[in-house]
Amino acid sequence: MSNASALQHHFESLEQQKESSTLGMWVFIAQEVLFFGGLFATYTVYRVKYPEVFAAASHHLNVTLGAANTAVLISSSLTMALAVHAAALGRRKQIVAWLLLTVLLGAAFLGVKVVEYQDKFEHHLVPGPSFSGHVLHLEGEEEKQAQIYYSLYFAMTGLHALHMIIGFPILLGLAVFAWKGRYGPEWSTPVELTGLYWHFVDIVWIFLFPFLYLIH
Amino acid sequence: MSAAAAPLVPAPEFPKRHYLNADYGIWSWLFTRDHKRIALLYLASVTVMFFLGGAYAVLIRLELVTPPGDLVSSETYNKLFTAHGVIMVFFFLIPAIPAVLGNFLIPLMLGAKDLAFPRINLLSWYLYMIGAFFALFALVHGGLDTGWTFYTPYSTVFSNSAVIPAALGIFVAGFSSILTGLNFIVTIHKMRAPGLTWFRLPLFVWAHYATSLIQILGTPVVAVTILLVAFERVFHFGFFDPNRGGDPVLFQHLFWFYSHPAVYIMILPAMGVMSELVTCFSRKRIFGYPFIAMSSLAIAVLGFLVWAHHMFVAGISVYSAMIFSALSFLVAIPSAIKVFNWTATLYRGSISYQTPMLYAFGFIGLFTIGGLTGLFLAALGLDIHVTDTYFVVAHFHYIMVGSTVMAYLGGLHFWWPKITGRLYPEWWARVSAFVIFIGFNLTFFPQFILGYLGMPRRYHYYPEEFQVLNVMSSAGASILGVGYLIPMVYFAWSMRYGKIAPANPWPATGLEWRTSSPPPPDNFRETPVVDEEAYDYTVPPKEPFLV
Amino acid sequence: MFSGFPLFPEQASSLAPGVDGLYFFLLAITAFFSVGIAAALALFAMRYRRRHADERPGEIEGSLALELTWTLIPFAICMVVFVWGAVVFFAQNRPPDDSIDINVVGKRWMWKLQHMTGQREINELHVPVGRPVKLNLTSEDVIHSFFVPAFRMKKDAVPGRYSVAWFRATKPGKYHLFCAEYCGTEHSRMIGQIVVMEPAEYQTWLQGGPAPVSPVAAGEKFFTELNCVTCHRGDSGTRGPILDGVAGRRVRLQGGQVVIADESYLRESIVNPSAKIVEGYQPIMPTYQGQVTEDTLLQLIAYIQSLKGPQAIAAGSPAGGQR
Repeated sequence: MSNASALQHHFESLEQQKESSTLGMWVFIAQEVLFFGGLFATYTVYRVKYPEVFAAASHHLNVTLGAANTAVLISSSLTMALAVHAAALGRRKQIVAWLLLTVLLGAAFLGVKVVEYQDKFEHHLVPGPSFSGHVLHLEGEEEKQAQIYYSLYFAMTGLHALHMIIGFPILLGLAVFAWKGRYGPEWSTPVELTGLYWHFVDIVWIFLFPFLYLIH
Repeated sequence: MSAAAAPLVPAPEFPKRHYLNADYGIWSWLFTRDHKRIALLYLASVTVMFFLGGAYAVLIRLELVTPPGDLVSSETYNKLFTAHGVIMVFFFLIPAIPAVLGNFLIPLMLGAKDLAFPRINLLSWYLYMIGAFFALFALVHGGLDTGWTFYTPYSTVFSNSAVIPAALGIFVAGFSSILTGLNFIVTIHKMRAPGLTWFRLPLFVWAHYATSLIQILGTPVVAVTILLVAFERVFHFGFFDPNRGGDPVLFQHLFWFYSHPAVYIMILPAMGVMSELVTCFSRKRIFGYPFIAMSSLAIAVLGFLVWAHHMFVAGISVYSAMIFSALSFLVAIPSAIKVFNWTATLYRGSISYQTPMLYAFGFIGLFTIGGLTGLFLAALGLDIHVTDTYFVVAHFHYIMVGSTVMAYLGGLHFWWPKITGRLYPEWWARVSAFVIFIGFNLTFFPQFILGYLGMPRRYHYYPEEFQVLNVMSSAGASILGVGYLIPMVYFAWSMRYGKIAPANPWPATGLEWRTSSPPPPDNFRETPVVDEEAYDYTVPPKEPFLV
Repeated sequence: MFSGFPLFPEQASSLAPGVDGLYFFLLAITAFFSVGIAAALALFAMRYRRRHADERPGEIEGSLALELTWTLIPFAICMVVFVWGAVVFFAQNRPPDDSIDINVVGKRWMWKLQHMTGQREINELHVPVGRPVKLNLTSEDVIHSFFVPAFRMKKDAVPGRYSVAWFRATKPGKYHLFCAEYCGTEHSRMIGQIVVMEPAEYQTWLQGGPAPVSPVAAGEKFFTELNCVTCHRGDSGTRGPILDGVAGRRVRLQGGQVVIADESYLRESIVNPSAKIVEGYQPIMPTYQGQVTEDTLLQLIAYIQSLKGPQAIAAGSPAGGQR
């Protein structure tokens, strides 16, 4: 373990450094909550304004795929937690394995997302000039309201996916450092904090799934 | 050094090693992780932005000398005031005090070696620069004519100008602001020197703590809102355009949810500077320390609950208008508390009239007027008449320029010896403080009257009866412009030729004055231990820690 | 006050004195506190100026009594101003029943106005002195704001919805009309004037010019042309609610919700019929979005409002559901 090198010059102790980093991550997550909060607020306003159209539009989403994806994502949270646990114990190979599995599950999630997006694309449900309410049996003003639903759908799931994509290089970087033996009982904060981030991204999905797929 | 601490060391010497000469070359600046150097990077950038935004203001005031829009076309005029607003708000006022003075001073005041996340601090500056680059790109490639408020559906459907690069610039700069706030919060929580309890913190730190909370909780909302505007404009998604089933007023809710608290991002740090100046130059502990500290937090919290007072004529319901009006009055109270406490601090003090104190006097006067005219705008029935007129313009310039810029300049003078190790020329500084005060009032006071007369904002062409007041305002602006240029000259001059400053020239309390001027790279030779309350001016200044 | 350099705007509506009263009260408050603070600063600065370099004044921690004083007094003043402002605001938002209605459509960069008697005006509005005038505002493109400083009146014209403002002019004359919400290139040219006339003069003005078609008449024409009559007239069976007397009444919707059939509701029911279905009817009406202009919508609504039925036929409407 090379713990001495983990301590940055401006901290007094590893403990102070760890506490600071942890607080930093929580503050970062607080701003993320507000970031998604703006989207959820917009969603809520329109859901209340156009309840029937939103219900009708959401029928086109594939609940099975969504549910499967939820399961995949929760599993990735589990593997992430196991990676954090392994890091705290300093089990080098286990950390790497769990981290890679987490990336794999995340990629599976995005793969399913691509399939779903493709379906929307084929049915002209991507907002914009080519949007059509035909498949939803909606026209006129209602077609426009359905477009708002799909605008929100793409904005929310897209930004969620972007958060996962940002997570991948971080997870892979951690795996490299873990392989080099950087983490152990005294210093595993980077893995822990990435875990926090990853769980947060999962929780966002836990809210997105019922809001977009389930409420009719 | 003798044990009986004399107030001044006879002939101060420049320290041999300090943060400015610890390393040389352009890369030592571009890749620095020293909060003091990053503060100087910000100082250079926000100064450029300030004078650029000021140049736009000059053109605006020139145009408004005569009633017919004869100097520039309407299109150009709209781009001028938009550029002025975007640059000044997002690239000067929001970062000015926190990213320059806050960045430099918070670790020093806490007795820390640096901010908690030095690399993120540097990243903040790069994000700021990238944001500024996009914004400037927008200004030269087609300009931006939406006003800094980006109201929909104009911004998403009708404007033919460079909305997207400007939006991108603000989005990126927003994350710079978020990361600065994050850094401050963590640093203030976790890196205080031994003995430095929360209620021993300088009020400057309290003010920045409150500011950081707003940056963390407000900025992401405007970031996502701007993103939605971009989606609607580029991909024709439907969010705010009524022709796509959207609600344009929802944009205003989301926008002001951040942009009203953003006003407090601009004024709270200024209030923090004020508390330092008033105590030092009246040589007294601040009157009502806990009330000033807590009023900062109260402003940060209440500031989030008043956004819809920008929308009293936009068609929100009468009852929600009443709620937002009442809450808006509440946010005035903590500001009033601060003004009264600063004034009371002077009572039985030992008051000197050095330049930073002149700025502090100016601040109190202008902030009082700016704050009280806010009541006009919070009062529902009256707001109907004055909203979207020059009354609003005058009001927020009294707060943002009359107060924030005054405090920024006051703070810059106050800490200039600490930052550069040299003193600025006192006589010139006093002159420029007077010129700025007079120029400011002549520029913006007539605008209150114009506003009540009914001259709307963002008017390029106006009826003739408004001309006299507009000419007065433009005349004042030219005085103000000169006032701002003088410090530029003598600050630059003093960096090379100024008298060498001692560690604690004023002298003042606070840990930042107990290290050399300029400080060493790690701020303190050893970790300071604090065993006294803040602003203890009853005893002679303490010796610097060994440097 | 001299004309080239006014310091105070003309008062020309019944609402103006109320707004100005509050303004002068706040001016007095502002003057009192600004002068007070400035005087205290000046006094302290002179009296307690530093006399020698190592002076050390005594410590004063603070005073709870003072803190409470300068918290509670400003609070009390604020609440007085709040209530006062709210009272004025209520008056501004309650148009009297006997008002003349004017339809206003903002469009980059002009104001299009139409009287209920049919006269159309652009950037100019003729109104009689002493009569309340109610404006129904909307916009064809971006947000505009209808601002008449002399009347202390301002209201946004928001695309896709209606807003209401009113005034009662008290002095004949010509007054500025401004667009107060930034709306693009020619924002500062989106101006006009309100011409306030003596009632007799106003009558003459109304009768001048070609015989206009009133919005009600125009609306009736569109009501037929757009085939509204096939479902919404007495002889058409039960496909759609009969509209006689529906305007301004309470209407019970599917699901039990009750709404007032005001301009916004009527507008929504034309452009987005399925949003609020009246109890007992099917959502079969097609949308008219895109087929009718904002002008036509206002005329249709004026026509519907003119249908004064003795009994409300809209389902579930309780007796005497007038506003």
